[in-house]
Amino acid sequence: MSPVERFQTAAGVAAAVAAGERSARSVLDEHLARIDEREGEIHAFNHLLADEARARADEIDARIAAGEDVGPLAGVPVALKDNLCTRGIPTTCSSKILDDWRPPYDATVVTRLRDAGAVVIGKTNLDEFAMGSSTENSAFGPTRNPLDTSRVPGGSSGGSAAAVAAGFAPIALGSDTGGSIRQPAALCGVVGAKPTYGRASRYGLIAFASSLDQIGPFARTVEDAALLMEVVGGHDPLDATSIPEPFPDLRGTLGRGVEGLRIGLVEELLGGEGGFQPEVQTRTREAADALEAAGAKVDVVSVPASTYGLSAYYLIAPAEASSNLARFDGVRFGLRDERATMGETYDATRTAGFGAEVKRRIMLGTYALSSGYYDAYYGKAQRVRTMIIDDFDAAYERFDVLLSPASPCVAFPLGDKTADPLTMYLNDVCTIPSSLAGHPAMSVPFGTGAEGLPVGIQVMAPALGEEQMFRVAAALEAAAPGGAR
Amino acid sequence: MTATTASDQGGAFTELPSGYRLVVGLEVHVELHTATKLFCGCPNQFGDDPNTNVCPVCLGLPGSMPVLNAQAMELAMRLGRALHCEVRPSVFARKNYFYPDMPKDYQVSQYDQPTNVDGHLDLPDGTRIGIERAHIEEDTGKSTHVGGGGRIHDAAYSLVDYNRCGVPLVEIVSRPDFRTAEQAKAYVNELRAILVATGVSDAKMEEGSLRVDANVSVHQPDTPFGTRCEIKNINSVRSLGRAIEYEALRQVDLLEAGERVIQQTRHWNEDEGRTHMLRSKEEAEDYRYFPEPDLVPMVPDPARIEAIDAALPRLPAERRAALAEAAGRTLPDESVTIVVDRGLDELALDAVAAGADADRTLTHLQHDLDPDHAANVPAAHLAQLVELETSGALTASQAKQVVAEMGETGKAPEAIAAERGFEAMDTSELEGIVDEAIAANGEAWEKYCAGEQKAQGAIVGHVMKATRGQADGKLVSQLLEQRRSA
Repeated sequence: MSPVERFQTAAGVAAAVAAGERSARSVLDEHLARIDEREGEIHAFNHLLADEARARADEIDARIAAGEDVGPLAGVPVALKDNLCTRGIPTTCSSKILDDWRPPYDATVVTRLRDAGAVVIGKTNLDEFAMGSSTENSAFGPTRNPLDTSRVPGGSSGGSAAAVAAGFAPIALGSDTGGSIRQPAALCGVVGAKPTYGRASRYGLIAFASSLDQIGPFARTVEDAALLMEVVGGHDPLDATSIPEPFPDLRGTLGRGVEGLRIGLVEELLGGEGGFQPEVQTRTREAADALEAAGAKVDVVSVPASTYGLSAYYLIAPAEASSNLARFDGVRFGLRDERATMGETYDATRTAGFGAEVKRRIMLGTYALSSGYYDAYYGKAQRVRTMIIDDFDAAYERFDVLLSPASPCVAFPLGDKTADPLTMYLNDVCTIPSSLAGHPAMSVPFGTGAEGLPVGIQVMAPALGEEQMFRVAAALEAAAPGGAR
Repeated sequence: MTATTASDQGGAFTELPSGYRLVVGLEVHVELHTATKLFCGCPNQFGDDPNTNVCPVCLGLPGSMPVLNAQAMELAMRLGRALHCEVRPSVFARKNYFYPDMPKDYQVSQYDQPTNVDGHLDLPDGTRIGIERAHIEEDTGKSTHVGGGGRIHDAAYSLVDYNRCGVPLVEIVSRPDFRTAEQAKAYVNELRAILVATGVSDAKMEEGSLRVDANVSVHQPDTPFGTRCEIKNINSVRSLGRAIEYEALRQVDLLEAGERVIQQTRHWNEDEGRTHMLRSKEEAEDYRYFPEPDLVPMVPDPARIEAIDAALPRLPAERRAALAEAAGRTLPDESVTIVVDRGLDELALDAVAAGADADRTLTHLQHDLDPDHAANVPAAHLAQLVELETSGALTASQAKQVVAEMGETGKAPEAIAAERGFEAMDTSELEGIVDEAIAANGEAWEKYCAGEQKAQGAIVGHVMKATRGQADGKLVSQLLEQRRSA
């Protein structure tokens, strides 16, 4: 039975709790019981907040008993990636350098979750500072894929993806910089969406690459993903890059079908030149066929500059990271390895506090921004980014949404790709182009590939195109073959 | 070295030994007079307890994000227009370097796309100083290094106050257009006046809301500019002049000794009256500037700029020119400059327009009227006062007292003069009193007649005592002189 069938959805929980049919506390206890059972082998959480969650669930129940409307996520347990600031609760980015840091404030998305009646159940594991595609780069040990614990859940939001796949929570928030929601969603067989850049406030998201980072939902159904997106999305005056337009009614569009929508299969992201697993390619073609059968018009489209996406991304993201991560210096918070001088304290703290991948990217980014190299690296990468946007714009003149695999492969064994960073980076080849363009994109489970593991199909849309993206995602969900293990 | 003797492209220049000439450019940081900081809602306030005006944003806590203060942008554009700059679309960048008083370890500052470019400022003597740019940036916190030599490298420990962190600054970068230290000082004074007049900053050097760095070089006429050194830690306008002069002579000495000037940043030590090296160009950090991705580009609305232009107050240069013209001067002199600095130029213009003698009017406004009391003095009263004085009804010293009281009470000058019993004395009456005084001070009179000018003091004193100070001192001296030469 697939995870979708086994566990109750967020929409179902919220409706039952709000109607007084179930208590928030019983919903929570059920999830805590599943966590008890499997968290030992999966390690989805950095911090399980069982006591806080129980108190919160009881509070929700009391408010409902008093006749209050507690919001669209009444009593719904939600897991938060551990790079989202939570007031008074450790927020580590899975890094030793943040140690036991407790933010004095909540991220905007966390405030919105609380205001919607959600119950925060825990903070989930990630690749340190969201840098990775397998959640193996965590200072607190890897997360394992609930569908096969010898395999990775993907990353960097692997803990959130695994928590949703394992039924630890119906929904979770992750962050996506180059695919960190979509790729783990694909590998864990759940829905994961990255909205348009600026749709979800980044205030309180500990930055990896600010021009790319976006917060988005994990869920087991497209409807739940839409529900969570609606709750956390929308303008925030605390984020200057937040889009002023009101967030659309996504759930209202899900049943509208795909009749007449123009859907393009992105030639460059289909793995024609190898490196993609054949089952992944087959499922992608089948997904296109299914949409065509549902009334969409499907054709192949070229987005030529997308082939440079990976190279541009691995200059822009590390460059921004090198600056964003400078503040972890041992002066005011987190780890401090105190030495005789200020400079030595900086060095010792950062040497001890950061893991290898983070150091690699800081060095890469520092170099790319150096005087004399800026134009050749960062400057050129930004020009490539503009080319990618232009090529997408041309494609979206002819198509409403674009389609590709979310990941070239299904979940791979732990340790399989850790020896060679470049092999690991290639996992993001399908997801990076939309990230660079700032466009919305999501992964929807669609059948299985090698070893019976889930395959995720990526649905991409132009900026602010969340409605058509979710419509197509809902159609894919409806047409998806069963049998994910 | 302060003598300005000849012309260099039409202006004055400082004469340095061996024919060297001075070239200076200034970088002035001013704190904008906003209610809140540049990127957060914390109060922009000087003098509070350390680390009380702070929040996650200005402390650079993980996850926090900046939001641009619209008032800061407005003030920066206002300053730009007051300096005749072009206001352009601008982009904030990150200037990356590690330092404990900058909690993000980068400073958000405009870099290659500043808000204001290509302006100028005219000094009171008419010299035009080019403004390359005036860009917005955030201030850092304030470090206090305890123990050692007062610098971070040898301190026992350091304390950091983050209240100043994120306070909005504009850095005004001049072109290297100064040829004398006096011009540099005049520029800072003038800039300060503009900042205050426009409400952009309170511009207090002593509180650090205006800070000046000087780029100093020397060269021989008709050769390219020399290698410059940047002088930091200049805490007053007077220090600016001293630091420039010291540094110029240091560089001339080096060149004359056959050595090179090495580009470096130097620290002005006020007590020792010298500069010493802080760091050389080779040690300069690579700031790895790149556009700040947490902020969006700012595109000024032309209508907004028009509104700013329309609302700009008249600036000191314009006000000086107007007052000089009204006072019959070809160029603004010291009295005009001071009256404008004291904000009393409108009153002066109105009094002169009402017929008052310009020189007497400027003298009183330069010295006798407290600017805080100006509202009590209608121009008509001032004109009447000057008329009483020029007609001889009041002596100069009486007029001075009356002006002060006009300011304090708002009364008309005749009323004050009458209350104080200030009446011009009949000359014949005064002559009688002078004769009595001579008789009563025979010894002094003999000395005075023998040519000892100082001896008249006793006699004048007697007259003043007898007239309760109402006698005109000048007239008394004249009468004594007449009697001596008779």
